[in-house]
Amino acid sequence: MIPRHQTILFLVLLLASVVMSVVLWQLRDRAHQRMLVGQDSAPTQAPEVAPVVQATLLVANDADNSLLAQVQSLPLPQDPGTRARVVLGKLLELYAAPDANHPVPGGASSIAQVFLLPVVNPDLDPTGSTAVRDEGKFPLSGPGSGESSPATLGIERGDLQQTGPELAVVNLTGAFAANHPSGLETETLTVLSICGTLHANLPRVTEVRFLVDGAQRATLAGHADLTRTYLATEAVPTEGSHP
Amino acid sequence: MPIWLEIRLLPPARYLAIRRHLLGWALLGIAGSLAGAQAPPAPPAAPAAPPAPVAARFVVVLDAAHGGDDSGGRLNGQAEKTVTLALSVRLRSLLEARGIAVVTTRDSDATVDLNRRAEVANHANAEACLSLHATESGNGIHLFASSVAPAQSTHFAAWKTAQAAWVTRSLALAGTLNSALLQAGMTVTLGRTTLLAVDSMTCPAVAVEIAPERGPDKKVTTELDDPDYQARIAGALAAALLDWRSEARQP
Repeated sequence: MIPRHQTILFLVLLLASVVMSVVLWQLRDRAHQRMLVGQDSAPTQAPEVAPVVQATLLVANDADNSLLAQVQSLPLPQDPGTRARVVLGKLLELYAAPDANHPVPGGASSIAQVFLLPVVNPDLDPTGSTAVRDEGKFPLSGPGSGESSPATLGIERGDLQQTGPELAVVNLTGAFAANHPSGLETETLTVLSICGTLHANLPRVTEVRFLVDGAQRATLAGHADLTRTYLATEAVPTEGSHP
Repeated sequence: MPIWLEIRLLPPARYLAIRRHLLGWALLGIAGSLAGAQAPPAPPAAPAAPPAPVAARFVVVLDAAHGGDDSGGRLNGQAEKTVTLALSVRLRSLLEARGIAVVTTRDSDATVDLNRRAEVANHANAEACLSLHATESGNGIHLFASSVAPAQSTHFAAWKTAQAAWVTRSLALAGTLNSALLQAGMTVTLGRTTLLAVDSMTCPAVAVEIAPERGPDKKVTTELDDPDYQARIAGALAAALLDWRSEARQP
């Protein structure tokens, strides 16, 4: 026989449990409502539309080891670093296409960041007409790299002289380097086309360095040297020769 | 009677002639020792015919890229280091059969540092240095000279740009290789690149990268591991180096 006081205690506890469940259920509903209010995605600010400008991409071709200048209309932001990233992203998108002449997987997301830093060397001519031949700096560019017009991107020549040459530090993703085809020609063309495209669209960029996942890496995929500073200002003809 | 006393007792004219002769021998012996000559010098009085010109030793350095821990790229299931070593061995035998001295940076699947490769080439005093690579990208043979800017030769060259004094000759060597490969019916592309081993070499140096042959539709027509293809490449490179030797020996 269950004592009377135990029966009363059981009923009280049961009642308390039911009341607590109801309270918790209501609290949960309120929290859910608050979360929905916080996630209100209604636009509060009109999106900024970047102006569409002509960008020159130096597109590599494995068949004849050449770089071909290709002009594309792209919405480019005003910030030079972001602009460089967008242009290089477009270049790598072309390489990731199935019918690319220089097939490299990865696409636009392979460019993690592009940093633009002033070049300390005072001997460097910002117009790129004078080559700097310091040890460890090598001129690399393809056809057309010296023919870009700063005016096409809304950059005045006066700005160039005031701000001086810049070093672009291109931070590639580790996945891009890991999946890049191995080979002297293909790796050299990737490096060349990045350097040339940067200089064609941002003429102040006269030197380029590469990082992979924020760290220095010896080579891109076993061949092209990524430890050096590349000069993007002097054209070195790249010839194709066929029987 | 000792020999020196017999000579001393000769008539004065005969004694002086012998003394001059012996003195000449002694001076030549000293000069020969200083020059490190092994053979005894010829008597100065003997009228000898002008010696036939001795051809300088023509040395070619073959650098099979990668090796050991560094496999290089994957080529149709094969490691790049294997393909480059096979080409190096094949080319070496062809060159040695034609009387060309060959120095290789590796003869087995061994890890060789990039700086060590350049050291081997620089110690060999070579007339041509070929760095052998392989890839699945592109078409035919890719020839690369260093992109280091040309410069005058100096006593103390910077290691990373030691090729600067040789890059003009390297471009000429690339031209000779190009001609021979084209003559063999191959597709060739020329370019410049930065490659640590080549940039530090003090010899006419070219990086040779072999790729599969492709048709107009980009489809592979000849694979890298085709023995006939490899033989054609090695034969053309050997022919080019023979031409290079002939050019080097022209006055």
